Amino acid sequence: MTEPIPVTTTVNGVPHNAAVEARKTLADYLREDCLVTGVHLGCEQGACGACTVLLDGIAVRACLLFAVQVDGSTVTTAEGLMDPDGTLSTVQEAFRNCHGLQCGFCTPGFVISATAFLENHPHPTLDDIRTGLSGNLCRCTGYQGIVAAVQQAASKLSTRSGSEDKQ
Amino acid sequence: MLAAHGDEAKLLAGGQSLVPLLALRLARCEHLIDINGVDALKTITRANGSLRIGAMVRQATIEADLTLLEAAPLLTLATPHIGHFQIRNRGTIGGSVAHADPAAEYPAVAVALDAEIEIASATSRRAVAATDFFDGAFSTALEDDELLVAIILPVWSGQSGFAIREVARRHGDFALAGAAVGIQVDQQANIDRAAVVLFGVGNQPQRATAAEAALLGMPLEKLNTAELGRLATTDLLVIDDGHASASYRRRVGAHLAGNAIASAVRHICEEEEKEV
Repeated sequence: MTEPIPVTTTVNGVPHNAAVEARKTLADYLREDCLVTGVHLGCEQGACGACTVLLDGIAVRACLLFAVQVDGSTVTTAEGLMDPDGTLSTVQEAFRNCHGLQCGFCTPGFVISATAFLENHPHPTLDDIRTGLSGNLCRCTGYQGIVAAVQQAASKLSTRSGSEDKQ
Repeated sequence: MLAAHGDEAKLLAGGQSLVPLLALRLARCEHLIDINGVDALKTITRANGSLRIGAMVRQATIEADLTLLEAAPLLTLATPHIGHFQIRNRGTIGGSVAHADPAAEYPAVAVALDAEIEIASATSRRAVAATDFFDGAFSTALEDDELLVAIILPVWSGQSGFAIREVARRHGDFALAGAAVGIQVDQQANIDRAAVVLFGVGNQPQRATAAEAALLGMPLEKLNTAELGRLATTDLLVIDDGHASASYRRRVGAHLAGNAIASAVRHICEEEEKEV
């Protein structure tokens, strides 16, 4: 076993310093060292998407990265999407409005993926949404509500950016 | 470091294949050497009619690069078939080629475009033709102390069309069968270069030599794509496993190859119309 390695990150705006084993995944580091338990571990092999987080703004699987690889990076999880006062993000709000969750296990991963997806696809078709979300699995099979939530979030976000453009 | 640790060490590129294998205990190694910090492996350059893509260029970068779309459309067309966008944000071209999954898209593209694989060890450098690089499932010409440095893709002439087709159980899943096609025509619209590569059907990407030979010299409008697709699967080694039978793979492969040939031809015709 090797010596623990110091890792410095900013997770949801909070700086973290911890010494971690080289073999520890980013997902385990976030849950155990940073106590950010919105990162869920389903398959631990990159298939289910429950552990998806934003690494320097880019959606990645936290179970397929090692914590030592993200030294100096910024990580955002589902907790970090809402405002400090608890106001939900547009995507989170839409998931609540549209019943985009059942048991809730897959939800943080879906919310992160949907947030990243909508940034790159502001006006998605239904097919775009289904393809964009294909990297996340919901074992309750609650996909209709999830897709509806992303549609609602897309229309709210585009209306908002449209009115900002006019100003 | 690779030379010092031999087969006890593995290089870690994007980690989208290797880390799942480690997690499943299907692979294990004493040392993982992370090459994500090596910026010299992240460059894309174009010179002397070819593209040199560094091993650590990520799939998401390739997907969005307009220069690549113009110079190597088959690579761009293949990229969305790889996993999901979260996977492509980390996965690299060098990692995909070095991993040599029989169902992977980039190895098939490398073979179809007559790519060269640039390899280096601490003491030497060499280049291997993609056709010779893959020598079985997850098996390549790389020695234990060697690193895949770059993929060099020849740029085909403007009068060419490309297509890739695959069938998988779920979107982003491994292909049960797939076909990558490139067709180039001369001034008289006769085919003067053809690549038909099947992947996911055997242990490595395979050139459909009979179909390629049949395409050469043919005028575009005279192609019987269904027959060419059937021909494309006659000289293949096809595997039979729990995911699909060999006869299924052969039938689907034939259909996909025919479909991809038709699509590549359509691309050439559309380009001509634009120029006129």
